[in-house]
Amino acid sequence: MALTREQIENIAHLARLELKQAEVKVYQDSLSAIFDFVSELDRADTAGVTPMAHPLPGLSQRLRADLVTESDHHERDQANAPQVAAGLYLVPKVIE
Amino acid sequence: MSLHTRSLAQLAQGLRAREFSSVELARALLDRIDTSQPALNALITVTRDQALISAQNADRDIAAGRGGPLTGLPIIHKDLFCTEGVRTTCGSRMLDNFISPYDATVVAKLKAAGTVMLGKANMDEFAMGSSNETSFYGVVRNPWDTRMVPGGSSGGSAAAVAARLVPVATATDTGGSIRQPAALCGVTGFKPTYGRVSRYGMVAFASSLDQAGVIASCAEDAALVLRAMAGFDANDSTSVDTPVPDYLQTLGAPLAGLKIGLLKEFFDKGLDAQNEKRIREALAVYERLGAQLREVSLPNLPLSVPAYYVVAPAECSSNLARFDGVRFGHRCQEPRDLMDLYKRSRGEGFGAEVKRRVMTGTYVLSAGYYDAYYLKAQKVRQLIAADFSRAFSEVDVLMGPTTPTAAFAIGAKTSDPITMYLNDIYTIGANLAGLPGVSIPCGFVGELPVGLQIVGPHFSEGRLLNAAHVFQRETDWHTRVPKDYQ
Repeated sequence: MALTREQIENIAHLARLELKQAEVKVYQDSLSAIFDFVSELDRADTAGVTPMAHPLPGLSQRLRADLVTESDHHERDQANAPQVAAGLYLVPKVIE
Repeated sequence: MSLHTRSLAQLAQGLRAREFSSVELARALLDRIDTSQPALNALITVTRDQALISAQNADRDIAAGRGGPLTGLPIIHKDLFCTEGVRTTCGSRMLDNFISPYDATVVAKLKAAGTVMLGKANMDEFAMGSSNETSFYGVVRNPWDTRMVPGGSSGGSAAAVAARLVPVATATDTGGSIRQPAALCGVTGFKPTYGRVSRYGMVAFASSLDQAGVIASCAEDAALVLRAMAGFDANDSTSVDTPVPDYLQTLGAPLAGLKIGLLKEFFDKGLDAQNEKRIREALAVYERLGAQLREVSLPNLPLSVPAYYVVAPAECSSNLARFDGVRFGHRCQEPRDLMDLYKRSRGEGFGAEVKRRVMTGTYVLSAGYYDAYYLKAQKVRQLIAADFSRAFSEVDVLMGPTTPTAAFAIGAKTSDPITMYLNDIYTIGANLAGLPGVSIPCGFVGELPVGLQIVGPHFSEGRLLNAAHVFQRETDWHTRVPKDYQ
């Protein structure tokens, strides 16, 4: 499978990644090779097979009661934020 | 006997006998770390000051008779475990300035057990790599030959234990990231059953595959540490609520009658002839110990690498969506608008391999492709898991090589991602099926170590550690230390 430049640019946009021009070509080649490689999966007869939902047989996602279990850590957690004011994360203006 | 070549169990004895203090032990190893850094680059952050404080506390506890089996013993954590107040980079520029607000459960448990953290181990960026060459902080070098890679992604943990900078290190395994570097560095690397050890506070890569474990010089030390790490954690929704057996109690059980399956698919044309020789010699040791060997076939196993390179990138693209340049992590300079902020922060913060996997995952999950890739891979995964469970109805454990070859040269495989991905051809199956596995040293090819892999059914940690330990009582490969670090 050969991915085009446009396809790579579209994937990068969906993934919110800015690529340099030189990178586009690199990923065009390597992603094409990866999709060729994973196309080996087509060889497997999976008719009637249930896709795996949990690595341990018989187990599913555990649920818990819908109760407040966390206290307010916003000051501690926001210490890692690039830009904060009055407890809010700052980003460039979104609405004109 | 110098401190650095002793096992954890021997060090614990020395501490209790007041032969040396925890502070003396920490100082001795911190000095070894400092000396080794220019050559090996095994650590990203060294926490000397905190280490000496924890060691002082441990010494007080030991003096007061309050110490447990791990009190005062040094450890390093892979830099993917959050460590409160200490930087956690995950080997990425994205998290270069990230100070963990809390401890991962594994870190908290080992801290409560009295271990002394000496620092954070280098690793492939976001654990994506098999050679430790994708780290933003530079490649880790293999202590057996510094022209060679240590393996990855837990390359720093494996190199540090191999060079006896520390007796034990935490590590994580998504597709072989504990077992493969352990094999290439000649140490013991243990990956538990999925759900056995909490993933809370680990930076997530592929959540249905990630599992925390341990790298040590021998199985006995791995058992000591695993016993303290494992157990149910309400903070991890995939943590399994089943009691942790005392792995030390069963370590020495005789292996007579143990049914060992030799994975036919692992002795394939990709396996280096010299490596195969070492593996066959190790199997002969097991036979002498009374185990029974028979060949088993897992016909779908050859599809494990392609299945993995759909499932893991898909989960990675979803997990790494959290790095948005807004809440934590790298932010680009002067963003024009929100889209520019997202794209440039991520484009600058992530390295080449991480971007490759994020894009691969984005594509396989995108509209119109989900069934053909992700769903298909999850079905193949089910077939692989069924192969394993069929095999375990006939044999107790499976054995084979951990890797196709010994350590390869730095730079040798960086230009072709598929060649790099195929390093994990023997390890990925266990992750897809959620099984525990261990790699133990079983000889050398030239100057480079070879690893024997043992995989067992879910929650057979005790049996695997037992099989590894009894082998290590019969052999001395695990006691070999690279010549510059003896």
